[in-house]
Amino acid sequence: MNFDYTDDQRDIKRTAHDLLAKRSTPERVRQAAEARRYDDELWRELCQLGWPGIAVSEQHGGQGLGTVELATLLEELGYAVACTPLLGTVSAALVIDQAGSEEQRAHWLPKLSSGEARGALGVLAGGEAPMVADAGGADVVVLVGEGEGQVLDAAQADIEVLETIDPTRGYARVRGSGDALAGDPGPGLDRATVAVAAELVGICQRALDMTLEYVKDRKQFNTPVGAYQAVSHRCAQMLMSTESARSATLFAAWTADADPDRLAEGAALAKAASSDAGREVTASAIQAHGGIGFTWEADVHWLYKRAQLDAALLGGARAHRARLAEIVGRRLTATAA
Amino acid sequence: MDLTFSAAETDFRDELRQWLAANPPGSPPGGEGDAHYSWLRDWQRRMAEGGWAGVHWPQEYGGRGATLTQSAIFFEELGRARAPLPANVLGLLLGGPTLMVWGTDAQKERYLPPILTADEIWCQGFSEPEAGSDLAALKTRAVKEGDEWVVTGQKVWTSAAQYAKWCMLVARTDQDAPKHKGLTYFLMDMDQEEVQIRPLRQITGEAEFNELFIEGARIPDENVIGGPGNGWKVALTTLMNERSGLAFFLQVRLRQLLDELFEQAAARGLLEDPVVADRLGELHVKAEVLRLTAYRGLTAIEKYGQPGPEGSLTKLMWSETNQQLTQLAADLLGPEALTTGSRWSYELLRARGNTIEGGTTEILKNIVAERVLGLPRMR
Repeated sequence: MNFDYTDDQRDIKRTAHDLLAKRSTPERVRQAAEARRYDDELWRELCQLGWPGIAVSEQHGGQGLGTVELATLLEELGYAVACTPLLGTVSAALVIDQAGSEEQRAHWLPKLSSGEARGALGVLAGGEAPMVADAGGADVVVLVGEGEGQVLDAAQADIEVLETIDPTRGYARVRGSGDALAGDPGPGLDRATVAVAAELVGICQRALDMTLEYVKDRKQFNTPVGAYQAVSHRCAQMLMSTESARSATLFAAWTADADPDRLAEGAALAKAASSDAGREVTASAIQAHGGIGFTWEADVHWLYKRAQLDAALLGGARAHRARLAEIVGRRLTATAA
Repeated sequence: MDLTFSAAETDFRDELRQWLAANPPGSPPGGEGDAHYSWLRDWQRRMAEGGWAGVHWPQEYGGRGATLTQSAIFFEELGRARAPLPANVLGLLLGGPTLMVWGTDAQKERYLPPILTADEIWCQGFSEPEAGSDLAALKTRAVKEGDEWVVTGQKVWTSAAQYAKWCMLVARTDQDAPKHKGLTYFLMDMDQEEVQIRPLRQITGEAEFNELFIEGARIPDENVIGGPGNGWKVALTTLMNERSGLAFFLQVRLRQLLDELFEQAAARGLLEDPVVADRLGELHVKAEVLRLTAYRGLTAIEKYGQPGPEGSLTKLMWSETNQQLTQLAADLLGPEALTTGSRWSYELLRARGNTIEGGTTEILKNIVAERVLGLPRMR
């Protein structure tokens, strides 16, 4: 058993971290968010590095790595609150890769892997996908329902851009119909769900790091506020939530690559844990920053806003807990029988 | 990343499963009385005969030399087989390993074998009425008289004291030294008039623990562990062992309790209720996260020689989740879970101790804040 990254996976994570620390600085994020635009320069660079295709097979122009590697990138993108359409693009690719016809795969995967095409993935509810990350400007939108899904090119999709509280990424409502997927979109959707969970883990880690730095430095009553237990215990709780989300997400990413029978449960576990963690930890970060945390000028609110939207994407914690209750209930009935 | 067991780990697990199948543990008689304890002692003897009493002990001391992961598997399987912990759990998990680090060869030779066989039971004399979380403030005194130490003081939360032969006792031997420096770690013989044991009745109504009243008890000098004045360091070795190992046993027990609650909720048709499903789902998430985080902690220790940030968190996670679980049982099962003597009412009350025993939640959060997060010392 090795519940940790391999050296190669660790290298990918470190390289991604260092690159984003230089390229997706708080100033750059603020610039993009205030203009409600993606950071196009960063996106081009990530495409040149092959990030959108990391988990797509080499046959279709990707790097042929796994969900664990993809999750490491998403975690770092979350940590940096990077303003790129990478999540939507990889999510669309994951579903097309798992459930698309040979033709759909041959048509879309090379373009999505290179970043030449941008993608988005939405979950249908009542005939529309009410909130789809990165749909505005996407060349292809995959819409999935219960056991079936469709691939829409931009012309087939009615994309209504939403102005959400998270300006670091675009979201839209999508309707329309396109070419049916050949297979069950579930396994692809589960992998995309793990990707969102990984992004939330990164957001949590950043919120925790920023908070620790702040409470060690900020003094009141001649004492660093982090020395007060009311504050330090809050930080301990933030760590516990962050590590909980990380444990669940690492496990889920691993099941995607090595134990696909457990992927559905793993993905639900990861998304339930990290949706809660993302909201709690970023809210705690604002609180621990005190008055400054409530200002537009401080950067913690980008994390809180991204976490709120990520927590809702591809099913919130409650939806995934319901899935889990059903899975466990079924398993116990099967054992009893 | 590889979350499967290696061949050696699977072999270990299969061998243990076969042994448990061939030697079914059964269950001890109810209550906390002598019959219960003597059953546990017999259970440990059976384990020792099969070579399963000290799995994590090195082979030179009669153990199996199991790796950390195998040791985790051992406790998981024990929990899965619904087997109780062996009688001398404190000797096996705390006393033995402490002696292996700090004991002289003569001490190891004398004391380790009867720990394994449960011929000599060990108990722990650390906490005092006025030294709980602040252990180093303890007041029990030991004064040297010739070749002996004479001990006077009071200890509390001592489980199995009435069955124990040896007590891991930390006492103050230098009144003038700073509070962490003037302590010494002893092995005290419990078979003497000067040690009086009084059962401590807890909120469940039973008495798992005791108070010790020590009035001039005698300890020969050769029963000092790790040298005079070194008691704090030796005690830390004991405490560090307290927080490992058991995590996997507790994690499995929590899982079993949760599965039972799922089954009872299903039998009442409550799984159809979205609020119930949500709360059970939440507990499932926490139970899984606990299991996974415990395994991450193992990997960190095996790979880097020390626990990562997750290592400090599993006790916090377990205790809070167990409390939440038993509280949900009271919500779902109604009077059955609140009637004295029922299984669930016992679990509900016993769980209140979880966030206090083995390091309170508050102290553990201080430790996480200072040692893991690097925050300034608490105020």
